[in-house]
Amino acid sequence: MLSHREIEQIEHELAIVPRRSGACIEALRAVQRHRGWISDEAVRDIARFLEMSPDEVDSVATFYNLIYRKPVGRHVILICNSVSCWIMGYEGIRKAIGEKLGIGLGETTKDGCFTLLPNPCLGTCDTAPALMIDEDLHRDLTPGKIDGILERYR
Amino acid sequence: MAKVWIDGKTHEVDPSRNLLDVCLSLKLDLPYFCWHPAMGSVGACRQCAVKQFRDEADKAGRLVMACMTPAAEGTRISIQDTEARSFRAEVIEWLMVNHPHDCPICDEGGECHLQDMTVMTGHNYRRFRFRKRTYRNQYLGPFINHEMNRCIQCYRCVRFYRGIAGGRDLQAFASRDHVYFGRHEEGVLESEFSGNLVEVCPTGVFTDRTLKRHYTRKWDLQTAPSVCVHCGLGCNTIPGERYGELRRIRTRYNGHVNGYFLCDRGRYGYEFANHERRLRGPLLPRGPDRPAEPIGRDEAIRRLASLISDPAKLIGIGSPRASLEANFALRALVGPERFCLGVVEQEARLLALVLQILRNGPARSPSLREVEGCDAVLVLGEDATNTAPLLALALRESVRQQPLKLARPLAIPLWNDAAVRELVQDQKGPFFLAAPAAGRLDEIATRTFRAAPEEIARLGFAVAHELDPASPEVPGLADEVRSEARVIASALRSAERPLVVSGTSLGSADVIQAAANVAWALSKDGKAADLTYTVPECNSLGLALLGGGSLEAASRALSEGNAETVVILENDLYRRAESPVVDRLLSSARHVVVIDCLAHDTAARAELVLPAGAFAESDGTLVNNEGRAQRFYQVFVPAGEIQESWRWLRDAMAAAGRVEAAGWKSLDDITSALAAAVPIFRDILRIAPGAGFRVAGERIPRASPRFSGRTAMLAHLSVHEPKPPDDPDSPLSFSMEGYEGPPPASLIPRFWAPGWNSDQSLHRFQEEVNGPLLGGDPGLRLIEPPPTDARASLFDRIPPPFERRAGEFRLVPLYHIFGSDELSALAPGVAELAPAPYLALHPDDAREAGIADGGTVEIGLAGGGRRLPVRLAPELARGAAGVPVGLPGMEGIRLPEWGRIVKL
Amino acid sequence: MAIDRPLTERIRPGGEGAAIAAYEKAGGYEALRKALAGMTPQEVTKLVTESNLRGRGGAGFPTGPKWSFVPMGSDAPRPKYLVANADEMEPGTFKDRLLMEEDPHQLIEGMLLAAYAIKADVAYIFLRWEYRLAERRLHRAIAEAVEAGYLGRNILGSGWDLDMFVHISAGRYMCGEETGLLNALEGKRATPRAKPPFPQVSGLWGKPTIVQNVETLCNVPHIIARGAAWYRGLSRSEDSGTKLFGASGKVARPGLWELPMGTTIREILEEHAGGMRDGLRFRGLLPGGASTDFLVEEHLDVKMDFASIARAGSRLGTGTMIVLDDRTCPVGMVQNLEEFFAQESCGWCTPCREGLPWTARLLEAIEEGQGRPEDLERLSVHCKLLGPGNTFCALAPGAVEPLQSALKYFREDFEAHIRQNRCPRRSG
Ligand SMILES: Cc1cc2nc3c(=O)[nH]c(=O)nc-3n(C[C@H](O)[C@H](O)[C@H](O)COP(=O)(O)O)c2cc1C
Ligand code: SF4
Ligand code: FES
Repeated sequence: MLSHREIEQIEHELAIVPRRSGACIEALRAVQRHRGWISDEAVRDIARFLEMSPDEVDSVATFYNLIYRKPVGRHVILICNSVSCWIMGYEGIRKAIGEKLGIGLGETTKDGCFTLLPNPCLGTCDTAPALMIDEDLHRDLTPGKIDGILERYR
Repeated sequence: MAKVWIDGKTHEVDPSRNLLDVCLSLKLDLPYFCWHPAMGSVGACRQCAVKQFRDEADKAGRLVMACMTPAAEGTRISIQDTEARSFRAEVIEWLMVNHPHDCPICDEGGECHLQDMTVMTGHNYRRFRFRKRTYRNQYLGPFINHEMNRCIQCYRCVRFYRGIAGGRDLQAFASRDHVYFGRHEEGVLESEFSGNLVEVCPTGVFTDRTLKRHYTRKWDLQTAPSVCVHCGLGCNTIPGERYGELRRIRTRYNGHVNGYFLCDRGRYGYEFANHERRLRGPLLPRGPDRPAEPIGRDEAIRRLASLISDPAKLIGIGSPRASLEANFALRALVGPERFCLGVVEQEARLLALVLQILRNGPARSPSLREVEGCDAVLVLGEDATNTAPLLALALRESVRQQPLKLARPLAIPLWNDAAVRELVQDQKGPFFLAAPAAGRLDEIATRTFRAAPEEIARLGFAVAHELDPASPEVPGLADEVRSEARVIASALRSAERPLVVSGTSLGSADVIQAAANVAWALSKDGKAADLTYTVPECNSLGLALLGGGSLEAASRALSEGNAETVVILENDLYRRAESPVVDRLLSSARHVVVIDCLAHDTAARAELVLPAGAFAESDGTLVNNEGRAQRFYQVFVPAGEIQESWRWLRDAMAAAGRVEAAGWKSLDDITSALAAAVPIFRDILRIAPGAGFRVAGERIPRASPRFSGRTAMLAHLSVHEPKPPDDPDSPLSFSMEGYEGPPPASLIPRFWAPGWNSDQSLHRFQEEVNGPLLGGDPGLRLIEPPPTDARASLFDRIPPPFERRAGEFRLVPLYHIFGSDELSALAPGVAELAPAPYLALHPDDAREAGIADGGTVEIGLAGGGRRLPVRLAPELARGAAGVPVGLPGMEGIRLPEWGRIVKL
Repeated sequence: MAIDRPLTERIRPGGEGAAIAAYEKAGGYEALRKALAGMTPQEVTKLVTESNLRGRGGAGFPTGPKWSFVPMGSDAPRPKYLVANADEMEPGTFKDRLLMEEDPHQLIEGMLLAAYAIKADVAYIFLRWEYRLAERRLHRAIAEAVEAGYLGRNILGSGWDLDMFVHISAGRYMCGEETGLLNALEGKRATPRAKPPFPQVSGLWGKPTIVQNVETLCNVPHIIARGAAWYRGLSRSEDSGTKLFGASGKVARPGLWELPMGTTIREILEEHAGGMRDGLRFRGLLPGGASTDFLVEEHLDVKMDFASIARAGSRLGTGTMIVLDDRTCPVGMVQNLEEFFAQESCGWCTPCREGLPWTARLLEAIEEGQGRPEDLERLSVHCKLLGPGNTFCALAPGAVEPLQSALKYFREDFEAHIRQNRCPRRSG
């Protein structure tokens, strides 16, 4: 069942699309905001609300990289792996995170605190390398800065 | 017409088509995947690339996708251009990057479009040296096997499933080279048309799961043109046999009837022919507790002969699921007055009414292809998905007609499928559906009208009156119904090609008449209004054209002593009427003879049972609901004493010294006799070439040239290869020798052409893509509207309003594609999907009666009560109760009827 | 006062993204007033056509002519849509972010003018999720604009209505491709659509739609306010106006600068980006994001404009260059790029879906020391066959641009990898 808050946010979108399925992506994002990820149950909840089949919702959900169809940690680290960051030392940053948290790309720490995901260009190439944790952008990274940044989310 | 240059040669082509379509229509080889003749172009696979040149001077040219390029005047392309060829070879190589190369163990092997295209482009060496991606497969139900690793991502499956069949549970998931086609979770595919995935998929992702259990390669199947026997539409099929067993059904394209598709009942119902209930030799039943006694063929004929010497003592009960020829033979045996249609009075009247309307009225019964082109539809009382499935598919296409007109001013060609769909979005043309219960087509309906049959008829009459004041006014019409009728009338009136759909399924003559009035009112202003009636069985209309009495009349004749022997042809009477009625009929006969392909309760009560060939074991003619007579051909010679019903009758008549059948040596003989005896069948011989027909002196082989193991298949019995069976009935042979080119359309035993091993070779057999088969689609329409001055007048008997009764419900029939049909329900896959019997009630009605969902009730019927669990159906008309007819345990119920429902 | 940086003149370092009052004070919404008061939609389109404004989203299509394909008049299909493409997912590109974060009203005014020119009813900003700050500022700015009567019903008394919404993307590069974007806006998978029909006639929900890059739209108020001739005069070349140029990679001062169209690469690299970092040498650059061809030393004096860059064998793209230095492995760089494109393929058409991952695997093999001599041939074949027209949309043709030019300019590096069975720049 969708919560009141979730429904409220989806309805907001429904008001501006000519067809209920038009709110599909917005609904996925809204539900993910509240539940952290999109479970099979969430797919079915959204499908029911938008008068879509679960298959139709899942077809959309699995297309987009920022819709998580697997559980993620409390904080999601989106590390930019695109070209400018790669030139500027993405590998070192990834290794530093890996060493600190013991996880690789696509993995979640055992305590469920962090999930590390690669992300295409964050659009801040002049301050590469960069990453985002939740909604915060961290730029001009060096491996040495990683510890301190991660600590803030513990 | 437009002039185009293809590799230097000029062709006159239809400019409204695309270049791929044009090349294939010209029988030029050009490989493709994502394009499909029924689905148009989306330009995804990039396989159909050709070189296009601006003009004569342009030597460089550029690659274009033929499927996405209009065949405009002056277009110059090259298929053979080196660059185009190497691009196409590369596309195949890409497609094969992740393909498992598992042809030897793949069910598609040997009839795989991907194999064909790979050979056509010349790709044969795999340079990709990295790991292939692999997928997990899903269980999709009893009909479809899933093997995603073979997928080449052409998107046809989802385009068919959603775009044509309206299914919503098969989708594309993920992206890039991980795209996956399947369901959100494993489970039975919901669409009644899922089997078409097998043919639509160009490789072995979706394959026939029923075939898998008795797998045979295409080239080892013996095949012949056939017609589906599982509803009244008469879709064309190609059954395949090996070792005396039916192995699968494929679509036989008929541009007028089923086009490229079949429903799952038609595709998977065939396994009834392999059922353990099949009769394989003559039997003498010996009561319920003892097994029947097998007797020899001569003995059986002797016994039958002894019963039939005096026609005056005979009653013949025919069957709407038997061929015209079989029914005619029986009629010849007993005489027209003693021939009965094998259906109850009510059904016989409805069929006669349908015939009368189609033969005497101005509205024409359209083919399914014509239904697709209709642009406004009113359905009165039919749940087409379950009573006439391919009609439902055609109706889904019809709602696209009006929105498609949006594409015209934007110059978007209709073959540009994705663009058209993006433009049209979910707009649908006018489609009005009146039915007592919910159905799949509700989702495409502009409006639905839920009511008991009487009210559905009244709505129809009201629409007719709105269209034409000469059509009688409906007394006491409720305001909402009148305004509903106005909306419908105005939509139908403003359409270019309006269609009214109704049928016999509700058992209501009123509904049928109301539909006629609507269509006739529409026809008044010179418009060609179409009128489709569904009928229950594969030869219902043929039988009605033949004419005869009802079961009740037969029963009367027997009980009044006017006859003492009844010969029952391919008919289980216990499915036709409640058992006491049938018991009475059978016990008033001194002798009961049954000829059928299956053992059943009626056969159990006979004194003599003769084994008839199932559809694939015999030839004959069926008349579908459109009035189209179609020939089906024997696929294989069955083991045992099985033969066509008419041959049993002929043999017995000969033995009895009766002369009527003396000249019947072959099907042509009996068909000629029919043509001579019954005027409406005068031209029936024209539907197919006679048995003596030969191409270049040769027969058309039922077995493919690559048929393997013929010398070995009977080696356990004899080391000598037996002579192939003779076929006196058709120009087809039971062997692999014969004419190898494309035969006349009605004789096509399989679609197969050099370089085209898959069904997609079809275009080689068509005049042009999507057009008729070469020489014209098979079948002959027997019924056309009469000249204008000889037309029937409008119906004026309007039923009184439906009123709910205290303590009683209007029991209305509900149909199930899987389960309601006698024969297909014996196929294991179909049986698996058939629901258990139930009774449907509106939740409010149930509440008032104190009945809970799932609770057990007893319904009182003429033939005794039936205990059923209740299923709440919010979409059911109030005051009605839905009774699923035909399901095992629900045979013989005739509806509509008033009935009590007692809570247990 | 001569204005030579119209797009960024209002932007101050560390600014908060101009509020409406500040924007108006600096002349904001004057162009809108001017258009609504005295110009027909067709006149707006004509002026933009005369200004020779070309799209800043990558393809460089002339903007005014694009608008003129939209059906106008009372029988035109409605509603009509305008979409600002704020997806900015082209690797190496970070210009639209600045415009939205620092001067959101400029974009809104540009959208209003474009919407007016085609008589749109609804406008969307299609914004990538990662631009959180831009989202907040745009929402605030839209609310302010509604409040001030620039958006909503009867705008400035003109009788024309426009609603504006922000759609936040759920990711994927394909959403930036204008027809993929439309599918995403409709709540579907962002696979592209066939063209023709073009979105101008059958776009969002099957209705006429214009999709325009953020930077493109930001130019429009200035063109309307100051005229086409002024706008053309800003440039140092045949392509008019200014452009946001950027540089990333190992240059001394990576950054973003608004400069006249036609500024040379050398000037941008040396004067604005401060040259290479100490001890590094310049080897090449991608002039306009990941999907453009490499240019090298010999091209340093080429002007950054559509025609000049095209003549040099590349594309202006987004105008934000990615610089390759002599210690970064070109094979590794191209591998990174091709992994990106393979990952972002939508999976619709064969060459891209299957060809790009194969390309990426080959590059990985070469970089890991497992390359074979024939691999280079395979890569070249892919470059050729994934070209324009052969694939369904422009993603794959863009994807092979850096590869084909790398094979040309850095062939020796590829060969060395294969010869030595290792990446020569990697230790160990
Ligand atoms: C794969 C792909 C990604 C694209 N991504 C963007 C993008 O992120 N932002 C953008 O403005 N244009 C992008 N484009 C270009 C758009 O398709 C379109 O041309 C552009 O938005 C038109 O606006 P303009 O004429 O103002 O440049 C992309 C194109 C392709 C093929
Ligand atoms: S080139 Fe083809 S697969 Fe690649 S993104 Fe475009 S349509 Fe999708
Ligand atoms: S058949 Fe033309 S692109 Fe697939």
